[in-house]
Amino acid sequence: MTDLFLGHYAYWAIIFLLILGLYGMIFKNNLAKKLIGMTIFQVAIIMFYVASAVKWGATVPVLDPVTGAADAAKYISPLQHCLMLTAIVVGVATSGVAFSLVIAIYRRYKTLDESKLLERMKSS
Amino acid sequence: MLGYKSNLIILMVSHVVSPFIMLFALYVIFHGHYSPGGGFQGGTIMAASLLLMRLAAGREIAQLQFKSVLGTPLGSIGVLIYFGTGFAAMLSGGEFLNYRFLPFAGFTAAELRSLGILMVEIGVGLAVMAILVAIYDDLLEGYPND
Amino acid sequence: MKIINGLLLISFGALLVYASLGLPNRGDVDAVMHREKSPAGSQGASSYYIRNADKDANTPNMVTVILADYRGYDTLGEETVILTAGLICFLILRRKKNKS
Repeated sequence: MTDLFLGHYAYWAIIFLLILGLYGMIFKNNLAKKLIGMTIFQVAIIMFYVASAVKWGATVPVLDPVTGAADAAKYISPLQHCLMLTAIVVGVATSGVAFSLVIAIYRRYKTLDESKLLERMKSS
Repeated sequence: MLGYKSNLIILMVSHVVSPFIMLFALYVIFHGHYSPGGGFQGGTIMAASLLLMRLAAGREIAQLQFKSVLGTPLGSIGVLIYFGTGFAAMLSGGEFLNYRFLPFAGFTAAELRSLGILMVEIGVGLAVMAILVAIYDDLLEGYPND
Repeated sequence: MKIINGLLLISFGALLVYASLGLPNRGDVDAVMHREKSPAGSQGASSYYIRNADKDANTPNMVTVILADYRGYDTLGEETVILTAGLICFLILRRKKNKS
């Protein structure tokens, strides 16, 4: 039982962060707060991948000339880190595009509240 | 920024610190082979040094450091450097992005791959820096300073 | 309406926690993804990259070799994504000049 808890507590904390981001996206009425929830969701996914790449007793995935490259159990797995580098930069680009869309919506309808926005979109 | 008043201490410190942040960013890009780092990380730090001047001194003074019209063209040049490395490998007989066939003389195969990685990382760093500054400039385009 | 949304959110969280019980213990050196051979019989990816990165590319940093050499095509696509996002921000926020 403690073995299960010690092996999985990081995943449960990251799932809590994910639920927090989803709560922000669903329950808040302001468009900018929904975008902040989306950013928290992306960060939770990135942390999940990076947290799953760990091996006990292993070091950073930069080759140590003393240890050598023969034993693969001495370095943590580098594949998840490489994929998450791409994911971080794509997250920044997505946030940039989303905020520019929010600015364009504000210029056109003069509000950012979701219910008022739906009324103005129906009437115009 | 709306209602923007400049503070003397922040202005002086930003003038001094911004070139050193750019130097550190170049260090991170070029030492991506031997320590954690590389193209994306160094490009983001270089964008941070340019955004520091835009936040501290306003949009007009920061044009002296990096003009706003240079944002998107530099990003395209960065992608072109990446593509150009792949095409140079393809025109010399190999497949696309196979760095062993780059047309430089006097290197072994492993050293040619290391050189290809360096050229690609420079292209990536340039593109990331230019596009991050361009997104900031586009988001704050119409707001008056002061 | 909000109560139904809240119940759905909590049940989604419980489903994720139940699914995470099937993952191996974090940090286990004998986990399936860190082995030499995958269950289908092919070469395991991360152990191949760890053992052969320095020999193939004369570079101690394994993450850079994977990013720019073994999986360089994905990095090219990702850089195109950054460029496209910059162009989209420029095109959405343009103001049309009034012809007076």
